[in-house]
Amino acid sequence: MIAQQETRATPLLSMRGIVKRFGSFTANDDISLDIHEGEAHALIGENGAGKSTLVKIIYGLLEPTEGEILFRGKPMRLNGPQEARAQGVGMVFQHFSLFDNLTVAENIALVLPGDAPISALRGRILEVAERYRMPLDPDREVWSLSAGERQRIEIARCLLQDPRLIILDEPTSVLTPQEAFALFETLDRLKAEGRALLYISHKLEEVRRLCETATILRLGRKVGSCDPRQESSRSLAALMVGSAINDIQAPSTRAFGGERLTLDNLSLPSQEIHGVDLDGVSLRLRGGEVFGIAGVAGNGQSELFEAVSGERLAESNYTILLDGVSVGLRDITARRGLGAAFVPEERNGHAAAGDFSLTENLILSRHAGAGLTSRGLINFDKARALAQEVIKTFDVRKAGPDPAARTLSGGNLQKFVVGREILSEPKVLVINQPTWGVDAAAAATIRQALVDLAARGASVLLISQDLDELFETCDRIAVMHEGRLSDPRDARNVTREEIGLLMTGDGHGESAHAH
Amino acid sequence: MRIDLEPRLNRSLALDLGAPIVALAGAILIGGIVIWLLGKSPALAFQVYFINPLLEGWSLQELAVKACPLVLIAVGLSFCYRANLWNIGAEGQFILGGVLGGWLGILTHDEAYQGVIGGWWILPTMLALGVIGGAIYALIPALLRVWLGASEILTSLMLVYVAELGLDWLVRGPFKDPDGFNFPQSVVFDDIARLPFLAEGERLHAGVLLALIVALIGAFVLARTLFGFEVRLAGEAPRAARFAGFDDRKLTLMVFAISGGLAGLAGIVEVAGQIGQLTPKISPGYGFTAIIVAFLGRLSPIGILVAALVLALTYIGGEAAQVELSLNSDMTRAFQGVLLMCVLIADTATRYRVRLNFGAAR
Repeated sequence: MIAQQETRATPLLSMRGIVKRFGSFTANDDISLDIHEGEAHALIGENGAGKSTLVKIIYGLLEPTEGEILFRGKPMRLNGPQEARAQGVGMVFQHFSLFDNLTVAENIALVLPGDAPISALRGRILEVAERYRMPLDPDREVWSLSAGERQRIEIARCLLQDPRLIILDEPTSVLTPQEAFALFETLDRLKAEGRALLYISHKLEEVRRLCETATILRLGRKVGSCDPRQESSRSLAALMVGSAINDIQAPSTRAFGGERLTLDNLSLPSQEIHGVDLDGVSLRLRGGEVFGIAGVAGNGQSELFEAVSGERLAESNYTILLDGVSVGLRDITARRGLGAAFVPEERNGHAAAGDFSLTENLILSRHAGAGLTSRGLINFDKARALAQEVIKTFDVRKAGPDPAARTLSGGNLQKFVVGREILSEPKVLVINQPTWGVDAAAAATIRQALVDLAARGASVLLISQDLDELFETCDRIAVMHEGRLSDPRDARNVTREEIGLLMTGDGHGESAHAH
Repeated sequence: MRIDLEPRLNRSLALDLGAPIVALAGAILIGGIVIWLLGKSPALAFQVYFINPLLEGWSLQELAVKACPLVLIAVGLSFCYRANLWNIGAEGQFILGGVLGGWLGILTHDEAYQGVIGGWWILPTMLALGVIGGAIYALIPALLRVWLGASEILTSLMLVYVAELGLDWLVRGPFKDPDGFNFPQSVVFDDIARLPFLAEGERLHAGVLLALIVALIGAFVLARTLFGFEVRLAGEAPRAARFAGFDDRKLTLMVFAISGGLAGLAGIVEVAGQIGQLTPKISPGYGFTAIIVAFLGRLSPIGILVAALVLALTYIGGEAAQVELSLNSDMTRAFQGVLLMCVLIADTATRYRVRLNFGAAR
């Protein structure tokens, strides 16, 4: 009896004093945690807090510099993820690693050890799909599947190896609310079978819904652990960030001006295989308004951004109007000249160049305006002054006076990129996923800046997957699904469920039966 | 075991400057081993290759003369490579510049077309034709890339052989000196069609000054102008360059025209300076050696000035080694190849920390 009790008390996985250094940078500093069978354990913290490094160590992708890992009480040393899987650790990544042109079964066969025939595998896939209520057709090609369905493939191929511990990295970041709900039901079943979950998220409501224990990381250290069900989202956030988060201050009065950005039946075929075609997108955006576009990633949002910004030209000049001027066939520099500004989704390599200094990154999008160039020569003094102004106004934290962009944290670089555009006082700002992978404090600063810009009379087109963000900042919200844009709804009179239904394609009328 | 490349978070200036020096030392070490395996004395070879040429006035001048085309070509290549475009065909563009400019030298031979206005216009026009010839030849791979998506690496390289064989045919055919005893070479240009020497009876010609000026202009353009910014941004982050509103097709054509034009200029400088006529072999591989120069100089025009002198040394030292140590002339090219490998390895090592993983946790 005593022996049995001891067995139950031995954690499934136990990390003791884990330290991971990259050169002089310490990503994990003396982290210890225990995960028990049947437990859902949350790992929360802001970007850069060291969550990914820690789970990569558990999954055998990285080796700890110091400390040890015990699995069922025995030291575990891993030489790569295949050994982690063999020991019973599985992982579902945030970004899927699937081959678009292969079927579900083929994708799963690729990662399983041994060479079982696909026909035998089909049965096992269907069995797992049935058992955990995750509808999955082994014969569909991956490109035709939604993000939620793709995630089920990842989960299924993890489960086929019968893991005792499953690591999930931000699993709901690509899901609609309804898909997330279905995922939680699956996860509840896994827990009931005695499997342990290590759940990484910054969505605190989910953590409260699913997990019994939470370990909170900040700047590479463990700053606490708690039972998230006993905490509020607000208190968890304060633990994560180390200080309280401000609410967005909405302007007291809202007066909308004339039309600043108009899309009139904008259609544009995608240039990429399995890309999304824009299909008759129309919207009218007035001065002083924040207009949100919701939708699951990959439904045409980046294509829309490319078209509106002028990175890709439209097929007709009259489908896009800025302040009443047709600009469909005019390039991004011309559109900036008419008072538009743009912030793309990806900071690194799109909005900013990593090895360039902040001053040079300021020149990147503003070289045509603000007197930064004359006769082809760059006025570096002026650029430096403008960059410092952005840094000061948006409280961009950095090392050194003018460091390379890549040395900034995600949140600080995003504040710089957003600040760079906002300080040009644009009449129209188009911004795609402004707070993706950004810490909570920086996200609040950015959202406030968008609302303030609109209050000064500008139009803001905000493309986002984050419903909280959209409800917090927008006046109207429309939903993008398979390249089509729904009719806009008033943000104060629409529910999350309605938006969620539009995100899955229901409620679009005929488009719901597109395939 | 697996090898991990971890990006270095802090790249120090010392590391950046030290890398080419370490690479050079590594290449010299490997070269020494090879020479030792050939049964010669590595110490003596080092003396002959790297020390002796620096001790005499004439060989120092020769060094500058050999470095001149390398600088001109490599500065152009640095624009291409910075923009992440791979012009490997500078050798061909060099030949085209030499041929087109040299053609005017042949036409005006023996005071032809120099009657009323004199011959002052010939040399400048030859230089201009050299630039045009190289630029147009470089635009072929650039246009193929822009229109058809053809790999500029392959097309530019293959056009080298077209140029080499074309030159060979010209000097055996239409450009052959009728009084040249059937040797495959053109007439010798008039003095007025030759680059002036900087001092009477010396080897240094005006092309050396030209190379210096081009390097300085190149450095200024890259660092201070919007076009230089565009070039650097396009190589560093192509999507960001598109976001900045820069047109990558236009840029491709521009940098190819620049690097081709400068390679063509180097060609006509060599033909109108050193050689004074067209022969089947107007380049000892300058167009390829300049690739090494560009990388050893870290794609910076000022660094290229230094790197060109180093590579020029291998040419002069190589010639001396043929005579004094009876080493094969291929040794020079082999050494240049080893040097390029060492430079590229050193570059990788400054960008990444290389770690060998043996699996067990420490």
